[in-house]
Amino acid sequence: MALSTEDIKKIAHLARIEVSDSDAAATLSKLTGILGLIEQMQAVNTDGIVPMSHSQDVVQRLRDDVVTKTNQREAFQKISPAIGNGSEARAVDGGLYLVPKVIE
Amino acid sequence: MINSSLKTLAQMLANKEISSVELTQTFLNRIDAYNPVINAYIALDHEKTLAQAKAADVRIAAGNATPLTGIPIAQKDIFCAEGWKTTCGSKMLENFIAPYDAHVITQFDHAGAVNLGKTNMDEFAMGSSNETSYFGGVKNPWDFTRVPGGSSGGSAAAVAARLCAAATGTDTGGSIRQPASLCGFTGLKPTYGVVSRYGMIAFASSLDQAGPMAKSAEDCALMMNVMAGFDERDSTSLNRDKEDYTRELYNSNPNKPLQGLRVGLPKEFFADGLDAGVATVIEDAIAEYKKLGAEIVEISLPNTGLSIPVYYVLAPAEASSNLSRYDGVRYGHRASEYTDLMDMYCKSRAEGFGAEVKRRILIGTYVLSAGYYDAYYLKAQQIRRLIAQDFEVAFKKCDVIMGPAAPSTAFKAGEKVDDPVAMYLQDIYTISTNLAGLPGMSVPAGFATSADGKPLPVGLQIIGNYFDEARMLNVAHQYQQVTDWHAQAPTLDKPEGNA
Repeated sequence: MALSTEDIKKIAHLARIEVSDSDAAATLSKLTGILGLIEQMQAVNTDGIVPMSHSQDVVQRLRDDVVTKTNQREAFQKISPAIGNGSEARAVDGGLYLVPKVIE
Repeated sequence: MINSSLKTLAQMLANKEISSVELTQTFLNRIDAYNPVINAYIALDHEKTLAQAKAADVRIAAGNATPLTGIPIAQKDIFCAEGWKTTCGSKMLENFIAPYDAHVITQFDHAGAVNLGKTNMDEFAMGSSNETSYFGGVKNPWDFTRVPGGSSGGSAAAVAARLCAAATGTDTGGSIRQPASLCGFTGLKPTYGVVSRYGMIAFASSLDQAGPMAKSAEDCALMMNVMAGFDERDSTSLNRDKEDYTRELYNSNPNKPLQGLRVGLPKEFFADGLDAGVATVIEDAIAEYKKLGAEIVEISLPNTGLSIPVYYVLAPAEASSNLSRYDGVRYGHRASEYTDLMDMYCKSRAEGFGAEVKRRILIGTYVLSAGYYDAYYLKAQQIRRLIAQDFEVAFKKCDVIMGPAAPSTAFKAGEKVDDPVAMYLQDIYTISTNLAGLPGMSVPAGFATSADGKPLPVGLQIIGNYFDEARMLNVAHQYQQVTDWHAQAPTLDKPEGNA
């Protein structure tokens, strides 16, 4: 199916990627080529074929409900990004990650 | 020494002919000299590396060395290594210092191997030329105007240029085998589930598999002994008995070491699209296998052509899900300016990801979106089964499958960068094994001369049945006993030359 630049912007929004109008136009031509490649699949009759997600028929393992990890919050928060908006401060405070206000 | 096998290096270390510190320093000196041009490594830390070498020397002196103790290994920058910058070739992770070790890294640490540094790669392993890396392209050591292949292009160039004793790579659609073919060395993608994906940055989880990139099949077997094995932290890791991957290498009949081996040649791998020079080299390699006792069987893998369309639904779909974790909140790139939370997500991801990664996220988002799931994702999974069944039928007639690993030799930098579909076709012979979950290798088989007169390496692909890596390694090893293609290395002193 043919996509429009409006479709590209809608998909990009679903993917949480900002695109400018000129980016959307450039992306459209590339994606149209790739989707053309993908369309070759539609010629194949797949009635009754069981979809394959993994090569080996394995089932999800279960384990005992016990603690296996130690708390490494400090180590993990050391690599938090800079807060942005002009500040170089890390986006953590009191063990919590800082994000723009979402609840009024 | 830089050309020595891992076995020889281990003997030299054991006999005190050389220390691990000396061996490691030799490679670091070469890296310092050549890496500014080749760009194979994107993170180096000589202090950390030499500390590991020192520890290895202590361990060797104490008499409890393993076959890889003290051996300097290059690690693809897709593996988290504690305290090392781990970028996956992306601006998104430009400042990411891994807080833990990938299973593969832990395995090499336990073996006493030395981490030489992290190697360049296509961004999030999405590419076949290493040109999507945020940290710049990598030069093919055989011809600096050409690409090394991808996505494991840094590891590939490091092995070919002898900037490491061996390297690790990952292969989602051909990212070990295609660069091994283009740079002229031996690489193995194991059966899906044999090497743990824990700490290996995810691209397409049902296809991603790590494997060795080295100078010979024997070296790959020694690397596999370290890398393979069950790990409960990867939900798709297979719980199987530990194997010795060298076990078949040394016990063949010397006259006809491959007597009775049935080699299947899929006619689809020799059809339109295969470079004539590459075809000649592959035919010569098959002739050599006949001399070793192999029997040639014609087979068919009728759905080969569909592997690329199927892959470009499944891999982007899985990638769009895996890469949703990069939101600028807890780690990775966060935009410096934004108005609200949604704007922070959208700008951070727009700035942090490169063009090819964004394209694949968009494709994946599209094929998974409401109303399209059955037509794309489900359909692709159904054809994936047809592709796997092709192999099942073929392996009733043969023991291993052979053909080219890539349709051409190394191409010029920039040549395919604006044409994603042309780039995707580089993986036409490798992708189907990822979809089926089968093991595949690329083995140096000779050289084809380019239009501008450069002899460029060609790789023979060997595809095996599930868990048949030990046999495949022996099939490659026996060929390497009677040919010396695998031992050839580019001359780096003259950037123009290939002598």
